[in-house]
Amino acid sequence: MSGLLKSSIGRKFAMALSAFFLMFFLLQHFAINITSVFSKDVFNELSHFMGTNPLVQYALQPVLIFGVVFHFVMGFVLEIKNTGSRNVKYSKNNGAANSSWMSRNMIWSGLVILAFIVLHFIDFWFPELNTKFIQGDWSGMHDGEFRYYHELQEKFLSPARVSAYVIAFILLAMHLLHGFGSAFQSSGMNNKYTKGLKTFGKLYATLIPLGFIIIALYHHLNHNH
Amino acid sequence: MNLKLKIWRQKNANDKGKMVDYNINDVSPDMSFLEMLDVLNEQLITGGDEPVAFDHDCREGICGMCSLYINGEAHGPDRGVTTCQLHMRKFKDGDTIYIEPFRAKAFPVIKDLVVDRSSFDRIQLAGGFISVNTSGNTQDANAIPINKDSADKAFDAATCIGCGACVASCKNSSAMLFVSAKVSQYALLPQGEVEAVDRVLNMVKQMDEEGFGNCTNTGACEVECPKGISLENIARMNSEFLKASLKG
Amino acid sequence: MATLDSKIPKGPLKDKWTNHKNKINLVNPANKRLIDVIVVGTGLAGGSAAATLAELGYNVKAFCFQDSPRRAHSIAAQGGINAAKNYQGDGDSTYRLFYDTVKGGDYRSREANVYRLAEVSTNIIDQCVAQGVPFARDYGGLLDNRSFGGVLVSRTFYAKGQTGQQLLLGAYSAMNRQIGRGKIKMYNRHEMMDVVIIDGKARGIITRNLVTGEIERHSAHAVVVGSGGYGNVFFLSTNAMGSNTSAAWKMHKRGAYFANPCYTQIHPTCIPVSGDHQSKLTLMSESLRNDGRIWVPKKIEDVEAIRAGQLKPTEIAEEDRDYYLERRYPAFGNLVPRDVASRAAKERCDAGFGVNTTGEAVYLDFASAIQRYGKEQATIKGLNTNDAALVKKLGQEVVKNKYGNLFQMYEKIVDQNPYETPMMIYPAVHYTMGGVWVDYNLMTSVPGLYAIGEANFSDHGANRLGASALMQGLADGYFVLPYTIGDYLANDIRTGPISTQTAEFEEAEKSVKERIEFFVNNNGNKSVDYFHKRLGKIMWNQVGMSRNEQGLKSAMAEIKKIREEFWKEVKVPGGANEFNEELAKAGRVADFLELGELFAKDALHRTESCGGHFREESVELDGPQKGEAKRDDDNFTYVAAWEYKGEPSDAVLHKEDLEFNDIELKQRSYK
Repeated sequence: MSGLLKSSIGRKFAMALSAFFLMFFLLQHFAINITSVFSKDVFNELSHFMGTNPLVQYALQPVLIFGVVFHFVMGFVLEIKNTGSRNVKYSKNNGAANSSWMSRNMIWSGLVILAFIVLHFIDFWFPELNTKFIQGDWSGMHDGEFRYYHELQEKFLSPARVSAYVIAFILLAMHLLHGFGSAFQSSGMNNKYTKGLKTFGKLYATLIPLGFIIIALYHHLNHNH
Repeated sequence: MNLKLKIWRQKNANDKGKMVDYNINDVSPDMSFLEMLDVLNEQLITGGDEPVAFDHDCREGICGMCSLYINGEAHGPDRGVTTCQLHMRKFKDGDTIYIEPFRAKAFPVIKDLVVDRSSFDRIQLAGGFISVNTSGNTQDANAIPINKDSADKAFDAATCIGCGACVASCKNSSAMLFVSAKVSQYALLPQGEVEAVDRVLNMVKQMDEEGFGNCTNTGACEVECPKGISLENIARMNSEFLKASLKG
Repeated sequence: MATLDSKIPKGPLKDKWTNHKNKINLVNPANKRLIDVIVVGTGLAGGSAAATLAELGYNVKAFCFQDSPRRAHSIAAQGGINAAKNYQGDGDSTYRLFYDTVKGGDYRSREANVYRLAEVSTNIIDQCVAQGVPFARDYGGLLDNRSFGGVLVSRTFYAKGQTGQQLLLGAYSAMNRQIGRGKIKMYNRHEMMDVVIIDGKARGIITRNLVTGEIERHSAHAVVVGSGGYGNVFFLSTNAMGSNTSAAWKMHKRGAYFANPCYTQIHPTCIPVSGDHQSKLTLMSESLRNDGRIWVPKKIEDVEAIRAGQLKPTEIAEEDRDYYLERRYPAFGNLVPRDVASRAAKERCDAGFGVNTTGEAVYLDFASAIQRYGKEQATIKGLNTNDAALVKKLGQEVVKNKYGNLFQMYEKIVDQNPYETPMMIYPAVHYTMGGVWVDYNLMTSVPGLYAIGEANFSDHGANRLGASALMQGLADGYFVLPYTIGDYLANDIRTGPISTQTAEFEEAEKSVKERIEFFVNNNGNKSVDYFHKRLGKIMWNQVGMSRNEQGLKSAMAEIKKIREEFWKEVKVPGGANEFNEELAKAGRVADFLELGELFAKDALHRTESCGGHFREESVELDGPQKGEAKRDDDNFTYVAAWEYKGEPSDAVLHKEDLEFNDIELKQRSYK
């Protein structure tokens, strides 16, 4: 058991586990965000709960951060090892003949997502940390009402930022299009359910990022200023 | 037809090697790819040059000796065939064909297009067997019925010819399809159960030590495999390995 | 003739092997550790022998010229392996398998050996299943069998069309287990260049490392050679490109007798030659003849029109087709044995009726089978049996289920769709029944030197039955040699390690090096293949499917001439101390050029027709068998074992008389 993370299959499984966790998180994140399109109040309530609940803040949040960091670091470790496994490159390689672009470029879609996460942290998470932990304001209030919805709308004013988000989500979709099925395969699941699971994976991989794009565009086009 | 060939030439393992251009004329579409190379070699020999070295033996797609990365694909553009079964009718007059060795750190080049695949043998001897001595009084072959589905799946996995196309096609030079085919064959049969835990742990350990990359499930191996070995085997090996890791 | 003691044990046929095993010397386990055995070749025979010897405790050194033991040419065997298991309850027995094998071999095999083979056949299946070989199974989970090669029972075990592959991978896995334990030291990409005889006993071999070119000495207490057959003497055959006779020929030159070299099996259903570029021939499983009808056009003008591309075979009317096997052999029709079917195809093509551009092909037509199966299916499904399109579609589905992979293979190679147009087939060299002479213990005429599998002359007489080659290879390697070799090695327990620093090793290494130096320095201008192809043409035309005195004599002279030219004009590019395939080929072709002549000499002396050896002068002149092969039991019921005396033409004949006590000699009739 101890050597599991040193083995290629163990690492692949760890990638899959972190991926499952991140995909679940993504779904949860989406479920909360999409409420912003329908109801300002529900969104505010949910955001406040997530932002102040001790379990979320002190247990789930660190796990999430660890999951994100682990997935990226392990991704890079594997990429470096894999690139090194072929010391002389082919003069001509026709990868498109046997595999999808997404599957061959997970590292690139991953890097774009990483860049996006940095942007996203600058936009939301760092200010949040600042408010709560440095200024010690856990009220979630601003000008007599919850600040979350307002902040959200604020961020999506800039067309540049919205464009960056849209691009990042397209890459996320591509990452998921391969990653979803891949995670199951890595965990050793390939059976009669695989076909159905793959279809579901494709739906998940397109609909969730599309949903996020819709949210971004909605707030960009419908801000209340 | 007339063709332009770009072939990897490398004198020995220590030589740097380079792509060299050759022209070959009057190629018959009925020739196999290796027969086309035979003709080129005959030209080179009578012209006083050294022939191109390439591995080949049975020339009927079963021994797994032939290799070659042709126009960016292991065993060339046709599906379900080895290079010896690839025919020149798959190419057009005037084509330029790139011919390179199977490339991976674990498959060092011996000469020109010949590579050393002994890493595969070392993986097999780490556990690719059932420990039964030859005695002449093992139990009767029909003593344990095996359901047809498992037997057929075990057979499908066992048809791997060990050519290394999976490694060559994989962007990570991963040997997972090859290793999983053997692990699966035994995992699916009752005879293989007793040693299942050690087998998968040892074979995967050896695979990692040989310097093959990690599987990222691109599926290229399955597409290029001349015997159509399924990715299902890799999933089976993953689960066998994870189960074994918990037990071991 | 004292040198040819076959050492057949006394007693009733069915007890010989058991009694022999009970009486021969054994080596105790502690002493086995002190004994080294060399095994050359890692096919079914060599691989299984190496694994079993190592399991017993001997120190084994195994050699193969391929890059892995798993690639030996046994891997290409398609059909199956016979065993007298009688799982189908159709009356099979050890005796019946023995009987079929001796009869199929046209009564030119050694009775005691064949009986032993039939006896251990059942152990093979048990052993292979225990190793995890995935044989075909039925829905009840039990092993499936099929009938093969026209015999009356279903005793053939199979793994789709890849039985040889699965059995070889089984032997390879058994080897791997021993390599991992250090009991087998495996030398891949090593070619045996000579065998070293010390004080009359085989004590080692000289090898060339095919990667570095290094010449190495290896010593052992006994040497076992399972290096396969010599079909590539014909240049074109279904053998692998690397299959060669060199190991066997080196044994012969060092004193081992070569038996029945003229017994070659020509397989009737191979894909025809497409041009001069052809490097090898591809076999299509014999099972195709169960449903395919073989024919050529009746009219020569139709043949010409077909060759000119003006006429399609499907356009030829039924009455203008000559189903020559059905015409000549109404009882067996398209299912006559391999030798008969092959000769009949050659006869038609020689008469000018060959249907491809080279005039060397006949049709194998599935149209009738498709019709028959289609109608059957339509009836079962209650559909209209007069709907031609429907019947054809249903019939094609049945044929696809039975032969799909073969049809696909044919289409890849020939680029024609055999569901729509008849296949073209032609006979090709497939297996050599002849080989190094061995006694009942599988020891050659040189003490301590053993030959197993196709490399020995063994059990198939003048013609091998389908699905028997795999059986023999594994029987020799798993169940016979490991016992019998103990009888010899029991005298070697005090010998201690064999030194390689002796005059005999010195001499052998020197001669190997000299020959290599000659090749790389020879100032010739013709490639090795040039000579090999010329040899192959002569062998095929004059020493092939049917032979006559005049042709054989001229073949001997021509082969000698080519050999002389070869040594003058061969060009071997590259150096001695590197990976050099041309150099390896040169050595192999040099040996083929000698073997070819002995082959013709053997065929010349055997003035009877038997099995794979058809002598034109020996045919039935009248009666119902008119024109068929005529065996001469009075004068030729013996094994012809040739002793090397320098030139192949000077080889000396030793006869081992064959006695048949448990079987009556009969003429094979298929009319």
